[in-house]
Amino acid sequence: MAWFKKTKPKDTNKRVKIPEGLWVKCNSCKEIVYRKEVERNLQVCPKCNYHFRISAKERLTLLIDGGTFQELAGDILPTDPLKFKDSKSYKDRLEENRKKSGLTEAVITGEGRLNGIPVVIAIMDFHFMGGSMGSVVGEKVTRATEEATQKGVPLIIVSSSGGARMQEGMFSLMQMAKVSAAIARHKEAGLPYISVLTDPTFGGVSASFAMLGDIIIAEPKSLIGFAGPRVIEQTIKQQLPEDFQRAEFLLDHGLIDMVVERKNMKETVYRLLTLLK
Amino acid sequence: MIRYYLDFEKPIQELELKIEELRRLSNGSDKKAEEELGRLEQQAETLRNEIFSKLTPWQKTQIARHPDRPFTMDYINMITDDFIELHGDRRFADDPAIVGGLGSIDGINMVIIGHQKGRGTKERIRRNFGQPHPEGYRKALRLMEMAERFRKPVLTLVDTPGAFPGIGAEERGQAEAIATCLMVMSRLKVPVISVVIGEGGSGGALALSVADRLYMLEHSIYSVISPEGCAAILWKKNGEIGQEEYARAADALKLTAQDLLKFKIIDGIIQEPSGGAHRDPEAAAMNIKETILSTIEELKDAEIEKLLEERYKKLRRIGKFTRQSE
Repeated sequence: MAWFKKTKPKDTNKRVKIPEGLWVKCNSCKEIVYRKEVERNLQVCPKCNYHFRISAKERLTLLIDGGTFQELAGDILPTDPLKFKDSKSYKDRLEENRKKSGLTEAVITGEGRLNGIPVVIAIMDFHFMGGSMGSVVGEKVTRATEEATQKGVPLIIVSSSGGARMQEGMFSLMQMAKVSAAIARHKEAGLPYISVLTDPTFGGVSASFAMLGDIIIAEPKSLIGFAGPRVIEQTIKQQLPEDFQRAEFLLDHGLIDMVVERKNMKETVYRLLTLLK
Repeated sequence: MIRYYLDFEKPIQELELKIEELRRLSNGSDKKAEEELGRLEQQAETLRNEIFSKLTPWQKTQIARHPDRPFTMDYINMITDDFIELHGDRRFADDPAIVGGLGSIDGINMVIIGHQKGRGTKERIRRNFGQPHPEGYRKALRLMEMAERFRKPVLTLVDTPGAFPGIGAEERGQAEAIATCLMVMSRLKVPVISVVIGEGGSGGALALSVADRLYMLEHSIYSVISPEGCAAILWKKNGEIGQEEYARAADALKLTAQDLLKFKIIDGIIQEPSGGAHRDPEAAAMNIKETILSTIEELKDAEIEKLLEERYKKLRRIGKFTRQSE
């Protein structure tokens, strides 16, 4: 073989390889930052204030008073109503996500107290199938909403989702209507619903309960929208502006009430609930 | 009329052209030609029934998007005794991708709203291919609230590839507009009837179809994502995707009226004439009209509170899950 035909093996290791665990690259400013420092900072980049995606469990400890949380409907599990198969079956995909995330589904729901105020809360987790909404997410959020209505307490939903779950087809789409109907009843009962949007919130979740809050709060720099940026780019064949669909962009366009940092979230929600009393 | 034929409609095309030709030549006096005509028509009917009874989900998708298929305004013109279109959301603009107004069907006054696709390049662009912006949904909301005030039932006709994904749509709150439609429709204090007449494209379609009764035309589709979108997510990384992948995705998504009736996601299927709604729009329209009238008859005396409770329960039941066995 001629020497010049030899191609250099592509060495991906030559790129800056960050050792597992010790350092972490910020999704926003691309700076390499010390993981411990990020953790101490509630998973917020110390350089640019980007809020890293955190698990529902971490979020729970940041919002709900210790020892007061009681999970609701934690035993509801997904099935495969369409027998959906692509390269992998939906069942296998679910199993994989269960192992990877340590969760049974993309949302945790329950009741607890927030600085002493009894609330019902639903927290989505992007680590389970991209936080997508299928029958289980829809059912759990609906039950949580009904529980809040019945108990006469405020509802808090923290969203993080790529949208409706394709693998459950129309069952997923109809969850948007189901949850929205439950929220309509909660509103009619004169109870507050606070919607917290985190990175990212899109599609079937933003186009249903996430945008229906009496008060809508977003974490800084979160990407929030109806259609994903890639879909929009392909449709209009234009590059999108840098700040497009960021929390601050939504605030400018009058679509949300405020952008609040993670460290101030609990206190802000508490003050809002107090003022709405 | 120049008709558009899909690949799998081509055998029908040959026969239909032959029939037309013969009819033109015979002008009704030649007995032999008349006999031949009758025989050919019989043959065409059999062929249409044969092809249309075995449509695959991907073929149904193409029928649902057929350029000759009747659109919302076509049906409105065929089923109403009177209709006045109303425009604008009173906030930003009038969205031509959603039409709505006051109409009367067999003497029953109602508010009619639907997605509107265009025919011909210019009109298709003006209607944005039936993809609404937020102002379209806000116009729909305005009309629904008006219906509630004047106690008129609401009829919606659903036919859209989806809500438009664009910069302006995002800036003006596409997600909020759709979400509000879902919430308002779930509590609207008048009967709501929805009919999917063509393409039921995801959230953009759902926004007009939270109803007491949701029907689909026999060859319409309703899906959480388009077969093309689904195929792109699943198989694009393995290289080029095309018809074969779209067909696989359409199969997997279970988007036909027949599948969705089985899942109890819709309440009924409205039959289409032989060879699809586009072969005989009047017949399709009459079937829709009949269904609307019988549904109105069924719902008109219902107490509002009970109607809302039933509507809620209907949505509440949708979803498949199990309980952890311990």
